[in-house]
Amino acid sequence: MSTATLEPRVQAPRNYLNAEYGWKSWLFTLDHKRIALLYMISITFFFMIGGFFAVLMRIHLIEPQGALVQPETYNKLFTLHGVIMIFFFLVPSIPTVLGNFLIPLMIGARDLAFPKLNLLSWYIYIVGGLFTLYSAIAGGVDTGWTFYTPYSSTYSNTQVTAVVVGVFINGFSSILTGLNFIVTIHKMRAPGLTWFRMPLFLWSIYATSIIMILGTPVLAISLFLLALEHLFHVGIFSPALGGDPLLFQHLFWFYSHPTVYIMILPAMGVVSEIIACFARKRIFGYKIVGFSSVAIAVLGFLVWGHHMFVTGQSVYAGLIFSFLSFLVAIPSAIKVFNWTSTLYKGSISYEAPMLYALGFIGLFTMGGLTGMFLASLATDVHLNGTYFIVAHFHYIMVGGAVMGYLGGIHFWWPKISGRKYPQGWAALAAAIIFIGFNLTFFPQFILGYLGMPRRYAFYPAEFQVLNVMSSAGASILGVGYLIPLIYFIWSMRYGPVAGANPWGAKGLEWQTSSPPPPENFTQIPVVTEEAYAYAAEEKTSRG
Amino acid sequence: MQGIPFQPEQASSIARSVDHLYFFITAVTLFFTIVIFSTIFYFMLKYRRRSPDERPKAIEGSLPLEVLWTAIPTLIVAAIFVWGSSLYFQNSEPPPGAMEIFVTGKQFMWKAEHPEGQREINELHVPLGRPVKLTMTSEDVIHDFFVPAFRVKKDVLPGRYTSMWFAPTKLGTFHLFCAQYCGAFHAGMIGSVIVVEPDEYERWLMGGVQGESMEAAGERLFRENGCITCHLSDGTGPAPSLLGLYGNTVHLTNGQTLIADDAYIRESILSPAAKVVNGYKPVMPAFQGQLSEEQILNLVAYIRSLGHPLDNAKGKQQEEGKK
Amino acid sequence: MADTHSEHVQTKYAGLAHQFEDLAQQHDADTLGIWLFLVTEIMFFGGVFAAYAIFRWFYFAAFAGGSRLLDIRLGAINTVVLLGSSLTMALSVRSAQVGNRRALVLFLVLTMILGGAFLGVKAYEYHQKFVEHIVPSLDWAPEGEVLARLAPGGLDHAQLYFFFYFAMTGLHALHMIIGMGLLLWLVLRARKGSFTPDYFAPVEVVGLYWHFVDIVWIFLFPLLYLIGGRY
Repeated sequence: MSTATLEPRVQAPRNYLNAEYGWKSWLFTLDHKRIALLYMISITFFFMIGGFFAVLMRIHLIEPQGALVQPETYNKLFTLHGVIMIFFFLVPSIPTVLGNFLIPLMIGARDLAFPKLNLLSWYIYIVGGLFTLYSAIAGGVDTGWTFYTPYSSTYSNTQVTAVVVGVFINGFSSILTGLNFIVTIHKMRAPGLTWFRMPLFLWSIYATSIIMILGTPVLAISLFLLALEHLFHVGIFSPALGGDPLLFQHLFWFYSHPTVYIMILPAMGVVSEIIACFARKRIFGYKIVGFSSVAIAVLGFLVWGHHMFVTGQSVYAGLIFSFLSFLVAIPSAIKVFNWTSTLYKGSISYEAPMLYALGFIGLFTMGGLTGMFLASLATDVHLNGTYFIVAHFHYIMVGGAVMGYLGGIHFWWPKISGRKYPQGWAALAAAIIFIGFNLTFFPQFILGYLGMPRRYAFYPAEFQVLNVMSSAGASILGVGYLIPLIYFIWSMRYGPVAGANPWGAKGLEWQTSSPPPPENFTQIPVVTEEAYAYAAEEKTSRG
Repeated sequence: MQGIPFQPEQASSIARSVDHLYFFITAVTLFFTIVIFSTIFYFMLKYRRRSPDERPKAIEGSLPLEVLWTAIPTLIVAAIFVWGSSLYFQNSEPPPGAMEIFVTGKQFMWKAEHPEGQREINELHVPLGRPVKLTMTSEDVIHDFFVPAFRVKKDVLPGRYTSMWFAPTKLGTFHLFCAQYCGAFHAGMIGSVIVVEPDEYERWLMGGVQGESMEAAGERLFRENGCITCHLSDGTGPAPSLLGLYGNTVHLTNGQTLIADDAYIRESILSPAAKVVNGYKPVMPAFQGQLSEEQILNLVAYIRSLGHPLDNAKGKQQEEGKK
Repeated sequence: MADTHSEHVQTKYAGLAHQFEDLAQQHDADTLGIWLFLVTEIMFFGGVFAAYAIFRWFYFAAFAGGSRLLDIRLGAINTVVLLGSSLTMALSVRSAQVGNRRALVLFLVLTMILGGAFLGVKAYEYHQKFVEHIVPSLDWAPEGEVLARLAPGGLDHAQLYFFFYFAMTGLHALHMIIGMGLLLWLVLRARKGSFTPDYFAPVEVVGLYWHFVDIVWIFLFPLLYLIGGRY
């Protein structure tokens, strides 16, 4: 689109973006859609910082002796990469950006149940982020995002307290957001919108919110006790003072395992929405997919011990956790089969959102299946603590969750901004990301089985070839991520104006203008059809 | 560029079976990946949108299909679970006759002590074909003793003992890595496990600086720290006799019973008030902070010898006149 | 039925927020919200209770010894005080329900007084710990009779017990202080007449929070004060 001919300047209809101007109308907004944008900007900012650290790490690992930084610095890089990416990007991403924006629209409400709490959640997130950034600037943290004791409580002399305070505070943002979502979904659905007529995105968000409110407080108390020990040297986690280092691991993983489901469930919800729209068919096995989300949330609380198979815990504990870890894979597998079946006899088109959704299914399947190596006790003994683990979780978190997030942004961007973005560039970026991602992380599976441990600032020379491959992939992946940043910003001014429903999708959010008015709907809709009523015989008067 | 190897050498008795399981899971992974990818590609092509107003018929779902693709993955993961668990169970206890070596990890090095007294740093000599049990502890933070070629690792924790075993099946020098992040030079906490022929191992034990055996060191410490004053072997002192203690049942003042193992002995030295033997008063001083982990391991070795002599490459070691 | 623009609705029902259809929906949402929040508090306290349980199992002698050093009378007084404050809180909710503004304010103030009494006793108890030098890390130097009581169980593990004492009662006290702040806010709003029989959700919500904090104490008291057996 050349800049020589702009779209004629028409007075845009009143929408949530132009209804008010000025920084106060943004920083003191109670509108869930504006809060979603505040989050979008902040998590993008943190993603870039976490990503920058990852780039430095991969450059450093090109050489066996380390090419860039001292080992102590490398240790700080991987710690802060993990802390920022998990707590300040992945956990909030889809819930606070897409969830905040879409939940009231999808259920036909004017806002969430507690708009002030929603804004407070964002400010809490920012304060937590500031503490974490402070810890990075004031010397960094070198404990790993897992903060294992007694290294973090007694031995590390880095900014442990600051970062722990930052993550602790950020936890409240999660808790309040989850609480808000649960109450909203329970109490504020439009007339006619029964539970089983809700889009699957809402089922996923609901399951995610359950985990958020049940799990995050346990992280909070773990970090609180860790901070007390780090500051006051009382031995709850330190054997020299009578404490138990494994207690920390149990408390920590009790939250941190469910949190990986916080990170993936919303992406699965996004994928359901996209597949239904771009195949023009109801998701195959709607109820089963919905229940699977809840099953994953519940089972996810029962498997934390699989992070501790080599800590010397009893073999019987290992057996139980291994068994449950295999069980939790089943609902995810069911979802993959249902999504695939949705394509059968569908009418499929390949715009960017669909490319991301299909990429998600492929990469999540691979990542999920590699979980079997780790759930299985005998192989986990060999693989724990190696790059195999790193590859496994990046396949799910990046190949899965980030692709899901990007797919969602591409899908709902016209609704959020009122603009379309260039399809060609979007498809190209998706392809670059897919290729760069696989080149970065697939070699790491092999590195792991060969025995290269994770969190190594330097390594034996025999591992170099695979490391170089991985770093090459990372540079491609980085380029892939930059492209959407550019064209989305470009589209806000120069993109073609989008109508209310550019994809022809079902769902209440597409019944209102793009961008929506501040009050979401001129009239609260009444729902009379099932979710994803795409088939011809289901065409109703409300379309 | 040489071919990229996909697995480390198989140098222990369990390596091959672990690799078999690994390959099976890889095959399952590949199978489902291919099935999903190709089904998606096929549907993507066959059902691509041909006209803008296409409205496919709704298909709600299919209960038989759901049951099928729930049952089949469940059966497959059940198989993997059973296979992995039984292998793990088999590997969890060392076979009888395992020789024992004591390992201490600290930032950023590994120290090994053979029962005969031979010490090593960042290296571990072991004889071919004999099961070796490592009893390990850390002097500071959590480490992990990892030998990829043996397919085995175990966390090494401060304040307690963990153990693992392996039986080397190949001669050579193999990587030893620390696999639990432990601080600045975690990546530098590496060494070698050196597997040699049994007679060469004997020669290696004999050579080098002849130090005290662990039992002898433990016996010396038992005297020097005054343990012998109260723990009279005939049981007439204010503390229980330690003869025959190791591996047997102990009754505590709070009514609990337990088996006296390494961890119990260690705790009784460091925090005796935690578990007091029935019929005795809690008067033993705590040695927390006064003995190093190595010294404690030596005492444990000595106390073991009072109950069950240590089995090692040189056979039973009887201390003159002490039993 | 079409929904009219929310300003319209708001003038009809004072206290109705714009995102809700009617006060009943708002009340439902507020109540569900506070119950969910209390669930998160249960998980939060649950973590530290679990840690306490584990260490008590390992080191009972030390924990019992430490527990015997706490003043049971003060703990019992505090328990009665807090239970009384839950009664006055419940009565304040009832007063709001029937629209009795004076009673509402009175009972809220009484709740605050009782809460303040609790905190005062707690402060005195903390002070006593400093006097006896049994504050972990900050002032840990037990001597004389106190030392004689703690030594048999092991001093290190006794310090662990007092760490739990301070951490758990400290977290509890922090929640009480926040509760006092919320009560003050309610008193100010109640005096202005913000609450009616149709709209008193904030009183109920704070009431539920206050009852929860009370229940946490009901668990803390026996676990910390009463595990030492008879003196």
